[in-house]
Amino acid sequence: MQIIQSDVIIVGGGGAGLRAAIAASERDSRLRVALVSKVVPMRSHTVAAEGGAAAVTRGDDSLQYHFEDTVSGGDWLCDQQAVEYFVAHAHEELVRLEHWGCPWGRQPDGHVNVRYFGGMKVPRTWYAADRSGFHILHTLFQTSHKYPGIKRYDEYFCVELLVDDGHVRGVLAIEIATGEFVVFEAPSVVFATGGVGRVFRSNTNAGTVTGDGMGLAYRAGVALRDMEFMQYHPTCLLGTGILMTEACRGEGAVLTNKDGYRYLQDYGLGPLDPWPRPKAMELGPRDRLSQAFWHEMKKGRTLETPQGPAVNLDLRHLGAKKIHERLPLIAEAAKTFSGVDCVREPIPVCPGVHYMMGGILTNVRCETTLPGLYAAGECASVGIHGANRLGSNSLTELVVFGRVAGEQAAQFALAAPRRAGSVLRQAQPVADALLGMLRNTEGERLAAVRDEMRLSMEKGAGIYRTQEHLEETCRKLMELRSRYAKGIKLDDRGRAFNTEWLTAIELRNMLEVSQAIAHSALERRESRGSHQRLDHEKRDDVNFLKHSLACRRGDEVPRIDYMPVTITKSSPRARVYGGEGKQVVLT
Amino acid sequence: MNATNGKVIAIECLRYDPQTDDAPHYETYQVPFTDDMSVLQGLQYIKDHLDGSLTFRWSCRMAICGSCGGMVNGVPRLSCETFLRDFYPEGLRVEPLTHFPIQRDLAVDQTDFLVKLRSIKPYIIPEAPKPVTEGTFLQTPQQMDEYYQYSQCINCLLCYAACPQYGLDREFTGPGALALLHRYNADSRDAGKAERMELVNADEGVWGCTLVSYCSEVCPKSIDPARAVNQNKVESTKDYFLRFVAPRRNG
Repeated sequence: MQIIQSDVIIVGGGGAGLRAAIAASERDSRLRVALVSKVVPMRSHTVAAEGGAAAVTRGDDSLQYHFEDTVSGGDWLCDQQAVEYFVAHAHEELVRLEHWGCPWGRQPDGHVNVRYFGGMKVPRTWYAADRSGFHILHTLFQTSHKYPGIKRYDEYFCVELLVDDGHVRGVLAIEIATGEFVVFEAPSVVFATGGVGRVFRSNTNAGTVTGDGMGLAYRAGVALRDMEFMQYHPTCLLGTGILMTEACRGEGAVLTNKDGYRYLQDYGLGPLDPWPRPKAMELGPRDRLSQAFWHEMKKGRTLETPQGPAVNLDLRHLGAKKIHERLPLIAEAAKTFSGVDCVREPIPVCPGVHYMMGGILTNVRCETTLPGLYAAGECASVGIHGANRLGSNSLTELVVFGRVAGEQAAQFALAAPRRAGSVLRQAQPVADALLGMLRNTEGERLAAVRDEMRLSMEKGAGIYRTQEHLEETCRKLMELRSRYAKGIKLDDRGRAFNTEWLTAIELRNMLEVSQAIAHSALERRESRGSHQRLDHEKRDDVNFLKHSLACRRGDEVPRIDYMPVTITKSSPRARVYGGEGKQVVLT
Repeated sequence: MNATNGKVIAIECLRYDPQTDDAPHYETYQVPFTDDMSVLQGLQYIKDHLDGSLTFRWSCRMAICGSCGGMVNGVPRLSCETFLRDFYPEGLRVEPLTHFPIQRDLAVDQTDFLVKLRSIKPYIIPEAPKPVTEGTFLQTPQQMDEYYQYSQCINCLLCYAACPQYGLDREFTGPGALALLHRYNADSRDAGKAERMELVNADEGVWGCTLVSYCSEVCPKSIDPARAVNQNKVESTKDYFLRFVAPRRNG
């Protein structure tokens, strides 16, 4: 087995991974930084982010406002120390992206423009039309070519975190083209592997979003925090799950039910007028909007279509010019994938799984509980999103905490003593077991297990949850894990470019991370942010103002522990949107 | 999911494993489909239900990640935004992007593009270092227009499959990378043009282009790489003559 020596290993080549790689290389250009990704970096899912990235920019905004919007948006489950760090470093990171070439939208005088997003008191979203993630990713990817210390390993799929005596030693990966196993050895590893939305049936996520890093960290004994908080984005293109960005509403689009009625006014987001005004109606937060859809559906006020219930996202009053300038991808995607000309007709949309607020437990320095292991981006839970993430905070998170993770991992590598002893001792049995999957002569089709998992997650861990349905999902996941362990029979027995084999390994991670989600949700007997229990409808700060920690217990169900929430300056109070307010001009 | 109304379409896929096969061959799969299904969804159906060994790349399924390019009935297309209904009832043939070595089935080796991307110095080379504390560069919407369309490239490589010159000569830098080169040269924040002109002027630079413009026709993002290449022919000509009157900045 080939062993590749480096100083810092970054797993994942999306926004957080690339930013971490650059930061590590800038910390010391002599460091050998291995950027290991299962896809060529520009294919990473950051590419699909649309709306923009938040940072305090205007004179009428303040760090305090960004902090308050984020903490109340997260229903007081945010770690406030992390939020303070985040809002204070957001602007400089977006400026850095600008220096690296990101084509941020501009005002006529050449300054960067900002737009409104949901739950924002003052507009602070930097945008590159509605392809913000695409431009951030390509800017970082292209800029990474400047750093000779960064060596890319494109299309290497990580299958195990190598740990020896409580210290990270590297990762075991499969070179996809050949199917050969490769050990990457280094004293520090950064996981920047993205989310896990593909465990649900209807989602906005790319096929690659399979919780790999979460699964690997969890298997290595690191807790997954706040996994019950899965964000449903309220506006996905019907039947496809393709994201119709919140920026549509930030630019003035409205949501109507089958009667043409702006139903959000019935769900604590009204009154309708004056409109537009911040943090009201369509500029409310995602959890509330997705929940409102569910209620409309139960009342029979959604549109019934062959592809399921929908509401209308109406952009028509924005006019063709503004739509094509600010929302070109939306216009193109609605046309291509649904045949809808959004200049002339409303877009039928419904909620879909979008973003995991929880993830690998880290502190504000992106350190996990395992020395040498760092995490950043969606795979991590650094604590800024709480129970519901505000739109535009995650793209900023990639660069703010990607940088921190890269710098910290570099620092650790520079100080770490080289450990003796071979990592092959741990790697070889893992590789042998995975190769065994290629020889199964009996077993089920991969897709059967995967599809049952997705349906069960949607049924039990969707927008509204109950003990009964969650228990059913938990039972189903255990059953699927045991069916998986009995064997998946692959059609493809070769090693070179065997994507069926890789998908089967991904499914192992997905089943385990799904258990972390479902059991964390089952144990949280309250409603907070994106976690809504029909059998426990109120937020319960006495018993549940705390983070959940899902800890792996081998083949058993996870153990759910808790840890306190760090509160520095905002004590929990009622989370209020809508209400009175002044009309504003959308920029 | 929708009922398929009994409609079934034949998808003929090129199959090739260089490790074990002497030559590519074709296999045809019968795929039940609905009118909203893309070619990619057809391939996914095959992989899930009929033959798990069929190999292809995909990711975002919304025409932004650039992973799923292939030849559909001989035309370079993104499979996620090409629809099965448009090939019914005749059926369709799906092949890997032409002009690239096949890694397996529909997956091609993208290394050559990645090497070329690196060669064009795809990053801002500022006139002088600018600390973050100084804030952003000013750039007016008009200045942005100079490069903006070329920054939309999703690196899907359809233009390389369309380029007859690249088919003949793999040394040619090619439409995608040259469009990105122009993207940086045309950016008001960049001062690296002189460094990049050497590549523009070289044999494998813009003069390799024979102006077929099929690249611009197949681009799924409506970028016009042919225009970028030809603007650089003008630049290259100017650069050639300027050499006689002014010394080069970078040797």
